[in-house]
Parts: sequence; C-alpha cells; structure tokens
Amino acid sequence: MTLWIVLLPFIAALFPIILQKQFRTIHTGWFVLPIPVIASIFFISKLSSLGQTLFEKNNWMSRIGLNLNFKIDGISLLFALLISVIGMLVIFYSISYLSKREELGKFYTYLLLFMGAMFGVVLSDNILALYMFWELTSISSFLLISFWYFKEKSIQGALKSMLITVFGGLMLLGAIAILVSITHTTSIDAMIQNANIIQNHKLFPLAIVLILLAAFTKSAQFPFHIWLPDAMEAPTPVSAYLHSATMVKAGIYLVARFTPIFAVSNMWTNSLIFIGLFTMCFASMKAVNQKDLKGILAFSTISQLGLIMSLLGFGSFALKNNHNELFIIAVTASVFHILNHASFKGALFMAVGIIDHETGSRDVRKLNGLLTLMPVTFTIAVLGLLSMAGVPPFNGFLSKEMFITSVLNAVNSSFSGQPVLSSIALILMFIGSMFTFIYCIKLIIDIFFGSPKDNTTEKAPHEAPKSLLASPIILISIMVVISLVPNMFLPLLSAATNSILNQSVHIEHIHHFHGFNTPLFITLAIIIFGALLVATFKYWEKIYTILPTQFSLNRGYDMLLAQSQKKSKMINQFLVLRTIRFSMSAILITLIIMTIYVFINNPIHINFESLGSIQPYELILVGIILIAIVMILKSKSRLFSIIMLSAIGYSIALLFVFFDAPDLALTQLAIETISTALFLMCFYHLPRQYRHEESSRFKISNFVIALLSGICVTIIALAAYSNKFYPSIAEYYIKNVYELAAGKNMVNVILVDFRGFDTLFESSVLGIAGIGIYTLIRLRQNRGDNNEKAK
Amino acid sequence: MTIEFTNIIIIIALIIVSLSMLGILYRVIKGPSLADRVVALDALGISLMAMIALFSGLLNTKYYISIIMLLGVLAFLGTTAFAKFMEKGEIVEYDRHNRHRH
Repeated sequence: MTLWIVLLPFIAALFPIILQKQFRTIHTGWFVLPIPVIASIFFISKLSSLGQTLFEKNNWMSRIGLNLNFKIDGISLLFALLISVIGMLVIFYSISYLSKREELGKFYTYLLLFMGAMFGVVLSDNILALYMFWELTSISSFLLISFWYFKEKSIQGALKSMLITVFGGLMLLGAIAILVSITHTTSIDAMIQNANIIQNHKLFPLAIVLILLAAFTKSAQFPFHIWLPDAMEAPTPVSAYLHSATMVKAGIYLVARFTPIFAVSNMWTNSLIFIGLFTMCFASMKAVNQKDLKGILAFSTISQLGLIMSLLGFGSFALKNNHNELFIIAVTASVFHILNHASFKGALFMAVGIIDHETGSRDVRKLNGLLTLMPVTFTIAVLGLLSMAGVPPFNGFLSKEMFITSVLNAVNSSFSGQPVLSSIALILMFIGSMFTFIYCIKLIIDIFFGSPKDNTTEKAPHEAPKSLLASPIILISIMVVISLVPNMFLPLLSAATNSILNQSVHIEHIHHFHGFNTPLFITLAIIIFGALLVATFKYWEKIYTILPTQFSLNRGYDMLLAQSQKKSKMINQFLVLRTIRFSMSAILITLIIMTIYVFINNPIHINFESLGSIQPYELILVGIILIAIVMILKSKSRLFSIIMLSAIGYSIALLFVFFDAPDLALTQLAIETISTALFLMCFYHLPRQYRHEESSRFKISNFVIALLSGICVTIIALAAYSNKFYPSIAEYYIKNVYELAAGKNMVNVILVDFRGFDTLFESSVLGIAGIGIYTLIRLRQNRGDNNEKAK
Repeated sequence: MTIEFTNIIIIIALIIVSLSMLGILYRVIKGPSLADRVVALDALGISLMAMIALFSGLLNTKYYISIIMLLGVLAFLGTTAFAKFMEKGEIVEYDRHNRHRH
C-alpha cells in the first residue's frame, strides 16, 4: 500500500500535460488535487498505529540491493504528513495563483514528481532508494525553479541550486558507499542495529563528513545556503512548498534518521550545533536588510533550519550521555519546530504570494499601509510572523523556549568544562533569536503599517479572492491550534523523538508557562532588546554597509564558477591545443617515466647466455643502417633523407635475408620501393628544401627525450628477451604445417590457414587505405572543379 | 672438403661485396649531384643482388632466387623513375595536374 502511495504521484505525473491540452477550460490543478488528498488520508489513517514501526518490502533490483522497502515510524510519518497536507494546500493555492495561460501541464508534472520523490526520501528504508529519490528531488526542484525559463535569473538560480544540491547528493552517495561496505546491507534499519560496527570502523569520520555535507547542502546551511535566496525566482507556490516546508527539510530528515549511528561522535554534535547556530545567527542578520519579501523569507528559512540543525545536535548528546533526560527535550524541540516552521512558513510564503499577486510588487520599500487594504492577509501574516519571532502564546514561542532550554542544558552539563564553546553557543543563540524577532517585527511595520498613500506599486492593492486565501488560512489555523493545544500533537512528537533516538523515551507535556525561570527571562530580554533595536533601526542601519560586498559568498560562488571555467580553458590550452611536438614529447616522457618506475621497482635481469653469435656481415649491415640514420638526422634536403630512408629499408630486407626469412625480404623490398616512389611523388609537390633550413637548430630537449626513449625501449627489449618463461608455440606449426595444412611454406600457411583472420583484416585495411586515398584525391578534385566553375 | 673451400671463397666474396657497398654508400652520401647518387643507388641494388646470391649459396637454399629477380626489376624501375624525375621533374606524366595544365 505504501508503495502505491509513493508511486501514485509518479504515475499521475504522466497525465497533466495531456489533461491541460484536453480540457482547456478547466484549471489542470483540479485534476491534480486528489492525489495529495488520497496521500493525506492514507497517512492520517496511519496515525492510529502511531508508536509502532510498519515495514513494507517490495523487491525491485535485489541483485544490487536496491529494493523499494518502506518503513513508517514517527519521524517518517511526521514528514509524510507535512508533505501530503502542505502539498494539498499548495496545489489548491496554485489553482488560483497561476493563470491558465501558463504551462500548467509542465508545472504539475514537475510538482508531482517532486512530491513522489519527497515521499520516497522520507519513507525509504533502503538507502539506495533513498539516494535515488534524493536526487529526484534535486532534479524536480531544478525544473520547478526554472519554470519561467525565459527569465535569466530563474535559469541562474536553478543552475546554482542544482550544482550545490547535486554536489551534496554525490557526497551522500559516498557516505552510502562507506556505510554499505561496512555493514553489507542496504537497509537503514539494519544499519542502525549494527551502529557499533560502523562506529569502530576507520572510515567512520569520513562517513560523518560526507553525510553532514549532504545534509548541509540540501538544508541550506552555511556556507551552502546561497542557493536558497536565488531559488526564490520560482513561482511562489513552489517556494512555499519546496523551499520552506519540504525539500529543505530533507537534510534535516537525513540528520535525524542517522542520529543513532553518528551521535557518539564529537565531530557530529559539534558541527551540527555550531554550524546550525551560526547559520541561524548569520541568516537572521542578513534577513533584516533584504528588500525583497521572498528574500526575507528565504533568509528566515535558512535561519530556522539552522535552529533545527542545532537542536538535533543538542539532541545527539542524549544518545552520547545514555539518554540523559536533559537532552531529549532538544530532539522533541527540533521535531516540534519542524512542524511549527512548516505551518507558519508555508502560510507566510502564500501571504507574500498574495501580496505580490494583488499589488504587483514584492519590494518592501514600495509597499506600505496594507493593513486596511488587505485585512485578511494582514491577519495571516502577522500571526505567522509573531509565531516565527517567538512571541507568546504562539507555537514559535513554545519551540523557542525549548530551544533556549536545550542550549542552557548543554552549557550547564556537556560544555561545562569548555567556557569558550559555552559562551559562543550562548551568544549565537541570543543574537540569532534577537534578529529573528527584529526582522519579523520590522516586516510587519514596514508593509502593513504606515500610510496607504505611500504605496508606489503598479496595481492598486486590494484583498485577494477567497480561493487564494483559503490555503494560508488553513495553515495558519493549524498553527493556532498547535499554539493553543500543543499537547494534542504530543503522541506524534514523541513517536518522532523515539524513532530519532531509536529507543522509547518519556516526554513530558509541553507547557506554555514553566514559572519564572531563565528561559523566560531570556525570551523577555530578546523581546525587549529586539523592540529597542527595531525602534532605532535607522541609526544602526549603516552596519550593513560595513562589510564590503566582495566578501559575500555569492561573489565567491561566481568567482569559483568563472575561475573553474577559465582555469580549465587554460589547462586545455596548455596541454591540448599545442604543437604535435609537445604532445609527442608528453607521450614519450610518460613512456620514459613509466619504464624507469617499473625498472626501479623490479630489478632488471639480463642474461646473455641464450644469445646467438654475431656474424661480421650482420655487423656491417647494422653499421650501414646506423650511418643512414645519422645521415637522415643531419641531412638538409628532403631528397637525401628519402634516399637514406630507402637505404635503411633495403638494409632491413637484407637483414631478413640473413635471418632466413625469404618471404619477408621479398615483401620488404617491394614495399620499400613503392614507398620510396610515393615519397618522391609527394616530394614533387613540396619545396625543395626544409622550410627551416637556416634555423634547424639543435634542440637539446628533443635530443634527450629521443635518447632516453631509445634507451628505455632497448632495455625493455633486452629484459623481455632475458625473461622468457614459456617455450614458443612454433614447434606445433613446424610439426603440423604439412600434415594438417598441406603446405610446405610455413609462413604462408600461417598467414592463410592457421591464422587466416589476421590476413583477412589486413587485406581489408589495405582496401580501406586504397578507398581512402581515392576518396581524398577524388573529392578534393571535384571541389576544386566546383570552385573553378563558381569563379 | 670442397664445401668448406667453397664456403670460404663465398665468405671472401661477401666481404668484398660489402666493402664495395660501403664505397658505393659513400658515393650516395657524398655524391655532389643527384645523378651521382642515383647511379650509386643503382649499383647498390645490383651489389645487393650479388650479396643475396652469394648468401643463398652459403646457406645452400634456392628460396632467395625470387628476391634476386625482384631486386633486378625494382632497381631498374627505381633508376628509370629517378631518371624521369630528373629529366622532366615528374614521374607520372598523365596525372590530374598535367591534365589540367594541357
């Protein structure tokens, strides 16, 4: 059943394009809407069996271990519910948001692909299937960001997100390779059972680094967050769905899923905590001075994801310190905040989309006083923003309170001996939360308050239709319900906490008020300081101009991209687009280096025992060949070189005579004559002397390379001759040449009988060469004729 | 006894022929004009024939006779080609360049 729920969006993705063509009057979204509804009903029905883990096995490619095995436990169910319910709301929202003139077929195809891939990621128990779905989310996200492909910015944003998330995906593949090779299983559940084997393996730290890289790139953690603000070029429903509620949480899901394996490592907890906290702090500061509404929300998403990451890091202490109650609250807080963030951020994105849709602008500076013009949107946005800012009594406050408690717990117990780490954690937590408060409040003040007359947007602002408002209203009511009765969701949260920690733990009830304790005072301090800073914003606004733009990470990314192109072009020009002389010396130097390397590692054995005796006429012949070679090198005219070359050829024919090879000698003589004649024919068309006769200078590097390669080849030949391990098979031919093949000329019998295939293909080589020469001459001649006719 | 004697004579003859080939080679390398070189090459081919003939006597085999005949033909053809080249500047007269020219 789970299999069909995961496959349903993929199957349904085949139809939107056809449906759009077939039913032009009906918005395609209506046909797509039932799919997330079915999925939602399915996952809500699974809530009844909460607390137990459901497995479903489907064999697919068992030989390589890629099976579509699914597992539904607390954390999977939480994510699957988010994906299906928010997916449903987003599709409903997009029906009113996107006009029928858009390419809706494509849009819903990509969206369904993404939805199916996301279900696959969170439900897969098979790690290879997880990776497959993980890359599918990257690809469908790329397609959705570049939905308006005629805009240059969309293409750039899509490319950037693709490059960064696929980089992370490949890191994940590396981690998977390590995990599978250690445990010999592709089931995540079995890996968690064998966690101690993995923890004692020497590749354990590398696996941690790779998994963290995968999670940080997907979940937009520092410094890989740069793709998320650029992905805001996507249509707003996409931003609401992918870049706030689902895809960016895939990295968080990955961290949560693998926490039982990796939590024992200090590297794991510390990088999660500090990179998470730093991302939270950095992104919330960046969000304050953004001018684009979606830009603010993008940085706020990054910041909130950092918060969740750090909570998972704190939660890992629970496993490290044998289920210390102090840290279990951090895991619950992270799960709770995943739920909270998905609810209010989805609503906020939709509200921003409505503002964009109804005013024609997303620029903070152009929007003013929307309070009276768009009261419903205002209510949605303010509720969402206050929750995000952590103002009581909303759910953001509850999870922020739990976050502060976790940080304080960590400072008190795990970091107690390390004042530097404790103070960094505290400062990052405080500043991050304060700036979160600042940008939320500032956003409310900037666009909703003030005078409506200051609006400089293209369209006159007005309230959106009910159909567009429905989805954000539903999401924000979910948010309000969570805020008012948080304990209603406690079973789901505790099931998710249990599956992250892989053990059943007790979770206390979530209270709005714990009494006058430190977290409450810190929250109060955040609100007071934040309010003061918002009021005095125009005095310290200049702080953002201090950091020069050339240090920004986007610039670094652009530089990296430009430099990698430039450098590869340079390398290409240096190595490939050079003279043939350069390539030849590269090849020969490689030969020399490899020969030297081989003979240094394997000492040379040369024995001269099996050598034959040297005859005087052989010596004379070799002498002639040597003289001819030297003459070729020294000669200044071509004709002389050709004559010397044929002298060498004839001498070799004579050598064949001396070594009892009449057939070879015969062929060699004929061929040598023909090739000499061919050389002479070419010579006729060339200048009489070498072009560089005057400057035919002696190149020492050429000489050294030639000498060394000659020596190398000689050594190889000697070593090969001295180390014959097997007797020759020639005895067989000698014995059977007449009996089996009825011939006395052994060479010819080998050529046409024993090994006739070689002869066949050498004949075809000759044929091809002949046809080639004919074609070259003939085609050139025809072209020349045409040219002459054209003249 | 006679075979030994014949072999010694053949080897002496071989040495003489190779020495003469060295001399001819000197002319091929040094030869002031192209004609000198071509004639020297022709002579080189013929000494080669002699050498192979002597050698087949030494090895007591008949399989080199065809090589000697081939060499004779080739030496003649090569010398003719060179002569033609020196006379007219080309070897094959009716190739496409000439057809265009006439």
